[in-house]
Amino acid sequence: MSLALALQSGDVASLPSRRDEAWRYTDLRAALRAIPAASPKDEAAVPAGPFAALDAAQTIVIINGFGPDRLTIASGEHRTVCLRFVSSKAASAHHAALAIEVAEGASLTLLESHEGLGQTYVSDIAVTLHIGSGATVERVSILNDSAEAISVVTATVDLAANATFNQTVLTTGGKRQRFEAHVNHPGQGASVRLDGVYLLGDARHSDQTTVVTHQGEGGTTSQLTKGAVRDSARAVFQGKITVERGADQTDARMGHHALILSERAEIDAKPELEIYADDVSCAHGNTVGALDEEALFYIRSRGVPLIEARALLISAFVGEVTDRISHEGARQVAQDWLLASGMGRPDEF
Amino acid sequence: MLSVTNLHVEVGGTPILKGLSLEVPAGEVHAIMGPNGAGKSTLSYTLAGREGYEVTQGSASLNGEDLFALEANERAAKGLFLSFQYPLEIPGVPSLTFIRTALNAQRKARGEDEIGAPAFLKLAREKAASLKIDFDMLKRPLNVGFSGGEKKRMEIFQMAMLSPKFLILDETDSGLDIDALRIVSEGVNALRSPERGMLVITHYQRLLDYIKPDRVHVLAAGKIVASGGPELALELEETGYDRFSQVAA
Repeated sequence: MSLALALQSGDVASLPSRRDEAWRYTDLRAALRAIPAASPKDEAAVPAGPFAALDAAQTIVIINGFGPDRLTIASGEHRTVCLRFVSSKAASAHHAALAIEVAEGASLTLLESHEGLGQTYVSDIAVTLHIGSGATVERVSILNDSAEAISVVTATVDLAANATFNQTVLTTGGKRQRFEAHVNHPGQGASVRLDGVYLLGDARHSDQTTVVTHQGEGGTTSQLTKGAVRDSARAVFQGKITVERGADQTDARMGHHALILSERAEIDAKPELEIYADDVSCAHGNTVGALDEEALFYIRSRGVPLIEARALLISAFVGEVTDRISHEGARQVAQDWLLASGMGRPDEF
Repeated sequence: MLSVTNLHVEVGGTPILKGLSLEVPAGEVHAIMGPNGAGKSTLSYTLAGREGYEVTQGSASLNGEDLFALEANERAAKGLFLSFQYPLEIPGVPSLTFIRTALNAQRKARGEDEIGAPAFLKLAREKAASLKIDFDMLKRPLNVGFSGGEKKRMEIFQMAMLSPKFLILDETDSGLDIDALRIVSEGVNALRSPERGMLVITHYQRLLDYIKPDRVHVLAAGKIVASGGPELALELEETGYDRFSQVAA
């Protein structure tokens, strides 16, 4: 069961639903009564993306699934690439696949955006990423889907020894949205950081799912996802780390911390650690709470209006995640994105 | 300046203040002393606009402006400042960013231009030096990991930066050693001026050796039960609050 399969067959029965354990909190079947027509090719100019102000050596634009399907970074090369997935037409569906190859010793900064221009589109994106020995990839993804969008992004990441993969995803959600990463971790000095931020309002939904499999000795994984939900929004965090037999000296840490800003909002968190090796250091933490009313009063008593005071506390809360982005320009874009999210406004019941 | 008339306040349905009246003219420092549970913190929170403090009767105004018609942040913009007994820690927000946000929010509310970064930093350096605050400390998240004394100094620093018209100091001496008490008091005394009023709320007379009040009021069981000159504080130190508990009852 997958969205890709359903788009191919045109059969909604192929859509994952709550009966599939991995999709329990992200029921696509319930959200989509029929598979819409294939999205048309659109050659009209698209407005500037979220990373437009940054220097990138290359910009790849994939509109309604039409665009390049391959990106290669040669050995020893260092490149910053702006990768834009644009959905421009309402009531249509598309699939795109992109294979990214980062050769030995190369580095890639991937500034990825998913931009919804139409309302009721269905978008399914598959990214495969091969990271060669000693190579480094930093992927910063901003998901600007529309409120009525159904959007699934699935990445499969394979690392070689001593490779580094750092990922941060920032999302405001969609009607149903899933951002999923499967990381095959070889150990052997390879290092992975998987971070996420969600700020969801209205009836939006977002699901961040990660599956990391440590297959060899001496790998590290550090994972931090933080978010806030308000109105009747729903956030899903599913993080799974498996440490296979023999993957000793693995160091894996997972944290998911969230704020619930209204009584109707919902957070479903499913952290899983499966450890089959003996000599490992693994930890996970998961917390859900409300904004600190005392802190809010303190800030307001200094003259800051309620909306700004809430925004200040929320952006400070999730700012711990964006602080971990190493690319300075992308970090600034991420911080501006937090401030522009409008999460400070009071609940309207 | 600050005028409180027949103030009745309930917290969670329980009456705490029961007809408190108080006048603090500009240029004067008044102290409110009283036993635990008399309603000292309720008075400061009610004046500052904290939610959950329900005014059932009476009024309070600052320079003729009805405080209870204003939100907490609007009261601050009108010049009211409450120094907290236990200042909050705000993780993730550098102290300077916090104060600049507050200062500019107040200026905006008053229809003034925002203060630019160079002018703000210059002011911050001056005020920090006079309060013996290490400038690097101001780059750290507000109050996070600060000692009790550092937090109180940060309150006085915020006061100096925001330059309010009326100060309420809620148990500013609690948790301070003698050296910190002296620095904090000097900071407060530097803010004394003919245009500014202050209300110093304290359990102990000790603070009033450093911040000399013009008037002293005794708060017991939700009312002012005695008022006098600075000598009243010394008298209380001798005799304690017991006799006032009887007056209130």
